[in-house]
Amino acid sequence: MPDEALLTVRDLRTHFETRQGVVKAVDGVSLDVRRGEILGLVGESGSGKSITGFSILGLLDAPGRIVGGSIRFKGEELVGASPERMRALRGREIAMVFQDPMMTLNPVLRIDTQIIEAIQVHERISTRAARARASAALQRVGIPSPDERLQAYPHQFSGGMRQRVAIAIALLHRPALVIADEPTTALDVTIQAQIIFEMQKLCAESGTALIWITHDLAVIDGMGDRVCVMYAGRIVESGAVRDVISSPAHPYARGLIDSIPSRNERGKRLSQIPGAPPTPFSLPQGCPFRPRCGRADAACLEVPQETTLRGERRVRCFHPLEESV
Amino acid sequence: MTTASAETPILEVRRISKRFARTPDFAERLAGMFGAKFDARVVHAVDDVSLAVKHGEVVGLVGESGCGKSTLGRMVAGIIPKSDGELYFEGAESAMWNAAQAQAAQLAVQIIFQDPMSSLNPRKRVRDIIGEAPLVHGMVARDAIADYVSDLMLKVGLDPGYKRRYPHQFSGGQRQRIGIARALAVKPRFLVCDEAVAALDVSIQAQVLNLFMDLKDAFNLTYLFISHDLGVVRHLSDRVAIMYLGRIVEMAPTTELYATPNHPYTRALLEEVPQVGTGKRIYSVVKGEIPSPLNPPPGCHFHPRCPHAMPKCAIEQPALKQVAPGRFSACHLNDQN
Repeated sequence: MPDEALLTVRDLRTHFETRQGVVKAVDGVSLDVRRGEILGLVGESGSGKSITGFSILGLLDAPGRIVGGSIRFKGEELVGASPERMRALRGREIAMVFQDPMMTLNPVLRIDTQIIEAIQVHERISTRAARARASAALQRVGIPSPDERLQAYPHQFSGGMRQRVAIAIALLHRPALVIADEPTTALDVTIQAQIIFEMQKLCAESGTALIWITHDLAVIDGMGDRVCVMYAGRIVESGAVRDVISSPAHPYARGLIDSIPSRNERGKRLSQIPGAPPTPFSLPQGCPFRPRCGRADAACLEVPQETTLRGERRVRCFHPLEESV
Repeated sequence: MTTASAETPILEVRRISKRFARTPDFAERLAGMFGAKFDARVVHAVDDVSLAVKHGEVVGLVGESGCGKSTLGRMVAGIIPKSDGELYFEGAESAMWNAAQAQAAQLAVQIIFQDPMSSLNPRKRVRDIIGEAPLVHGMVARDAIADYVSDLMLKVGLDPGYKRRYPHQFSGGQRQRIGIARALAVKPRFLVCDEAVAALDVSIQAQVLNLFMDLKDAFNLTYLFISHDLGVVRHLSDRVAIMYLGRIVEMAPTTELYATPNHPYTRALLEEVPQVGTGKRIYSVVKGEIPSPLNPPPGCHFHPRCPHAMPKCAIEQPALKQVAPGRFSACHLNDQN
């Protein structure tokens, strides 16, 4: 079944209990990822998009913990799964690519050591065979003369090459799902295009589904199938990329798209969202976007529920923009 | 000394260069006494760049990391000295400045940095951050400074009630506004914005860009707007200069540059910027990496990655030549036809 959901997240809540109070970093997120699909998770800093990714992988650090909801991967419940089970899944079935590859690669180990270790953790395979696989993996992500480059240390690679190594490691076991957290944000434009190109190609080849976490709607527009827009720990709008970007229904999504400079007439004032995103300790009552929203009224003092507009288009707003309904 | 006419650019650099060389440490100096060779590798951060900015103009300076755009901005702002070349402010060359002119030029050109958290002193209150420089330079009397700071805070969209706060008590966008107010406090005429919105979220970025446009009219400012973001630069700038590995490869009025880019590097940059509204697409890819500025390729710096490279490109450096009125490009392809 091509449409079968690979990952189903329902009402996920990840909270951080701090001395200043409880931070509801993720507060009721539901999303589906199908096999081979590219899902964009878009939001500004602090919106909970990265914590959503970490929650799926079971990579939360204390005091963060999942306090509610369910994460089902290939039908298996991951919330409450044993650390051993998560370790077996991570890297083999679900892999992650982070923003800064300098933080994910061990600076004192050669690239070959790190890749071979990642292979042998999940498979009983001779080091010689693992080395051949490592070389092939580097070749696949477009690193020239992979056999020599295997001998190098991470600092001998440029930023774009390091990110390629990180992607090669993530794809070693042909995982069903890769979660990429701002993988191109630290890279230059021409290098970003190379990485997006490789990811698109590799995911298409191996049927890997991808959750691409980013603050940049333009990147998602160029590569994604569906998009979820997050604000203050919740998904405020989701749907096919084309629909959401051409006619956003949530006032926040609309504001975000309208404020992109290339969407505005040159030299004119940009349309802007007033105010700033709320801090987790001072969430406004009701809809968290209410103080910045031009359509807010008394109804917005309640928290809006997610409603389906049509098909897959879902929005969390009492007053969605008309033209998209 | 001539007075600045309307035609004189407010700021001009001619054939300016910046080289960074490693100085030998003690052991290397010692070894040098015995005849050992010192590996004196030099980074040509900015290599023979000429640029003139007219009064009231916004010039965008675009390039990828390591292309020297920030180094150029800092030389223009007088933060780091130039290695070679000439810098003119309102027609007067920097080598000819007397002390008063030098100070006037220093104050008239201010810079706004990318990361407001590392450019604002975390132990100072906002009123001191903004108010210190005008006080030191005798621009505002001590008893008038409180009102002066309040007024500036209002102009950049900050609540003057927050002036006793410290930088960490503000959000990223507000901190950038503090940095802007600090730059404006000494009544500059020229602002260098070095990736001034790059660290901000999209919705905040739009607010700060609007602020820049409002301030330009209110204070009669001229901008050198340094950014890697082609969308931002297109929106704000009158003219755009594209840098690659220390050199300007193309310079043109904004609309023309974006409509018909001349240099292959500019074309590649414009093609690969992800844009909203294009829909799903396959990225065309410029092969290769940005070379290290320690060891740039000979001839045209872009030739190893250029799809149109000819044998000549590896040998001879193309000069920045006028290809159409007001348009400059440094590419051998323009000589062929």
